[in-house]
Amino acid sequence: MELNGAQIVIQSLKDEGVEYIFGYPGGAVLHLYDAIFQQDDVKHILVRHEQGATHAADGYARATGKPGVVLVTSGPGATNAVTGIATAYMDSIPMVIISGQVPSPVIGSDAFQEVDMVGITRPCVKHNFLVKDVTKLAETMKKAFYVATTGRPGPVVVDVPKDITDPSIKVPYKYPKKVTIRSYNPAVTGHKGQIKKAVDLLLTAQKPIIYSGGGVVLGEASKELIEFTHTLGFPITNTLMGLGAYPATDKQFVGMLGMHGTYEANMAMHESDVIIAIGARFDDRVTGKLDQFCPHAQIIHIDVDPASISKTVKVAIPIVGEVKPVLEQMLEMIRESKKKPSKKALENWWNQIEQWRSVKCLEYDRESRLIKPQYVIEQLYEVTKGDAYITSDVGQHQMWAAQYYPFDKPRRWINSGGLGTMGFGLPAAIGVKLAFPDSEVACVTGDASIQMCIQELSTALQYKTPIKIINLNNSYMGMVRQWQEFSYESRYSHSYMDTIPEFVKLAEAYGHVGMRIDKPEEVRPALEEAFAMKDRTVFLDILTDRTENVYPMIESGKGHHDMTLRVASGTSTDRELA
Amino acid sequence: MRHIISILIENESGALSRVAGLFSARGYNIESLTVAPTEDPSLSRMTLVTRGSDDIIEQITKQLNKLIDVVKLIDLADSVHIERELMMVKVKTNEQTREEIRGMADIFRGKIIDVTPTTYVVEMTGPSSKLDAFIAAIDGDSIIEVVRSGPTGISRGEKGLHL
Ligand SMILES: Cc1cc2nc3c(=O)[nH]c(=O)nc-3n(C[C@H](O)[C@H](O)[C@H](O)COP(=O)(O)OP(=O)(O)OC[C@H]3O[C@@H](n4cnc5c(N)ncnc54)[C@H](O)[C@@H]3O)c2cc1C
Ligand SMILES: Cc1ncc(C[n+]2csc(CCOP(=O)(O)OP(=O)(O)O)c2C)c(N)n1
Ligand SMILES: [Mg+2]
Repeated sequence: MELNGAQIVIQSLKDEGVEYIFGYPGGAVLHLYDAIFQQDDVKHILVRHEQGATHAADGYARATGKPGVVLVTSGPGATNAVTGIATAYMDSIPMVIISGQVPSPVIGSDAFQEVDMVGITRPCVKHNFLVKDVTKLAETMKKAFYVATTGRPGPVVVDVPKDITDPSIKVPYKYPKKVTIRSYNPAVTGHKGQIKKAVDLLLTAQKPIIYSGGGVVLGEASKELIEFTHTLGFPITNTLMGLGAYPATDKQFVGMLGMHGTYEANMAMHESDVIIAIGARFDDRVTGKLDQFCPHAQIIHIDVDPASISKTVKVAIPIVGEVKPVLEQMLEMIRESKKKPSKKALENWWNQIEQWRSVKCLEYDRESRLIKPQYVIEQLYEVTKGDAYITSDVGQHQMWAAQYYPFDKPRRWINSGGLGTMGFGLPAAIGVKLAFPDSEVACVTGDASIQMCIQELSTALQYKTPIKIINLNNSYMGMVRQWQEFSYESRYSHSYMDTIPEFVKLAEAYGHVGMRIDKPEEVRPALEEAFAMKDRTVFLDILTDRTENVYPMIESGKGHHDMTLRVASGTSTDRELA
Repeated sequence: MRHIISILIENESGALSRVAGLFSARGYNIESLTVAPTEDPSLSRMTLVTRGSDDIIEQITKQLNKLIDVVKLIDLADSVHIERELMMVKVKTNEQTREEIRGMADIFRGKIIDVTPTTYVVEMTGPSSKLDAFIAAIDGDSIIEVVRSGPTGISRGEKGLHL
């Protein structure tokens, strides 16, 4: 089969089984758009800003496990995509971004809409390619998908100069079934000797804890993790990125750990003698002050990326490999072992954990006359029967969603953890809804975050992706305000906007339903009403307690055992603000 | 500690900038970097001198290995190895100093490879410390220009960095 470069790109996507590409046209990609026009297999979703394209593709990837695909033009199209590429990179999300480039002969001449996309994205991609030869295009596409989806996943940029897609130049096309890259051979199974050592250590632990993260979601190892945890009877905590990989409603789950994790999770980490980290990367939001991190523990770490191991925290037993096969290997060894975890020690350990649990660190004022954001999330959980896909933006609302919506399945909780990108939630929700049109998809957002990609409301209408937007409107950049309250004697410098749009009208202007809720008793009925409108996107503008803070919290420079709890549980933190 | 990291890397445009970019982005120290093609035209060999604690060097080698273009690498500090650097020094000369510079170059096994009525160019190879010593031994005011290649290295014995 002979195809031109533009057709090769699109045909490669078909051969990869790509359902959707998220994109925005421009000069350098016109040949590609013409090729898209002439086929129906790969559906193109026209966003309203290239950042939206990247987040939508990212949301699609997080929900499905399949790579998200983006198409942008050169210059401003490419630079607009960078935030979304970096977002995916930090959370190890598989994506392939095709960017147009000026024609090869003028590269380097400051041509119209030229930017060095390969250079700009180098620090925030897993790899990138500049295509120089149309006969290598199909192979490059294959390599891009291969690199993006294997090992530690990540975004890969393919920068395609316009002349490469020239419709008049046709070359034989054959999509390779398989590619190998001699310098790229990610580990799969773990080293037997290391696994044996790890199992021995686990079976002698007195106060063990399992600390698992996004790697379990990315590695589709939820089932193995559950079996592993049940077999051992150990407590388990998840990072923000790992939520859902272990059912949050299970009694062995002690909640999220880290800065806004639960008291019991952080205390158990601090007091533990053996930690097994599974697909988690010891992020600073998790560890708190490093020299106070888990002072008594010997650490086992399973990670597919050797560079994640002993990066910030030295570990005793590193295991390089994918979580799923490694957990299978471990389970087998545990079953064969004559040693069993000490019942007595575990009983004592669980008693201790129950004491920490009894602090009820997530209690809040349920009597308040104001709408408590935590209450909204709890109601959202009930109304969606805990079975929705929840995307979020970045801020306090993100933490409340993580804390008060117990996720029981992986890939249901979709948020930007590593980069913390405001503007992520809405486009991501569109990507998720396209993947799962029959599931409920809600975007938990804030009055500041939602304005960063609000234009995608228009995309949601065009492609009929009915989502529910839960705007926890505190008229503040709440997370910033909270830090200013704690660390800057409440000098609220620019964490407030004097003008916030009327979101109801805004939603209506975009063709959706808007609802404004300002009383606690209205929350439940409004949510029910919104979710009953199956085929409409509904924007719920919920006016919440403006001064509510996220608790508990490890303030910066402190260790896990040094959490700030709510002043007194059950009392209101409402304060008058100037 | 000082480490010499030897890298086999795909001979592709952009490969060098990936390595250089990694060092600046992660704040690693880079003392010198040399790169040239190998007997296999698809591969370049890069020699990189850096300094850091064992933990930092471990991260550096892991991060380098993570780059898709990096095929293989070794830390020469882990084994017995030979280190060589090439230097050319242009010095001002006159009747009185010619003899002295020639003598010094001899002691350091350097060669004089260019002569004009007022200058010499001395060529010298050796471990970096030897080149440093030569610079220290001659009169600093007479030096017009110093060009150094940065060290390259190779391990002793049958072990080697190849595919
Ligand atoms: C406002 C805000 C507050 C936050 N507060 C918290 C908090 O309180 N607690 C918290 O936990 N986080 C918090 N975060 C998120 C935090 O910044 C990090 O994103 C998060 O902790 C990282 O999660 P992770 O360790 O699971 O790593 P991920 O970023 O999910 O990385 C996954 C790891 O698994 C590895 N991996 C990938 N695939 C596989 C596989 N198949 N097999 C084996 N290994 C694999 C990767 O190499 C990587 O090391 C917050 C973020 C924001 C924006
Ligand atoms: C693009 C971007 N800019 C700035 C920040 C810093 N930041 C983190 S949270 C936050 C405030 C978010 O406010 P809002 O969306 O209203 O959420 P709230 O915290 O009030 O729930 C800001 C500005 C960020 N994370 N992302
Ligand atoms: Mg807000």
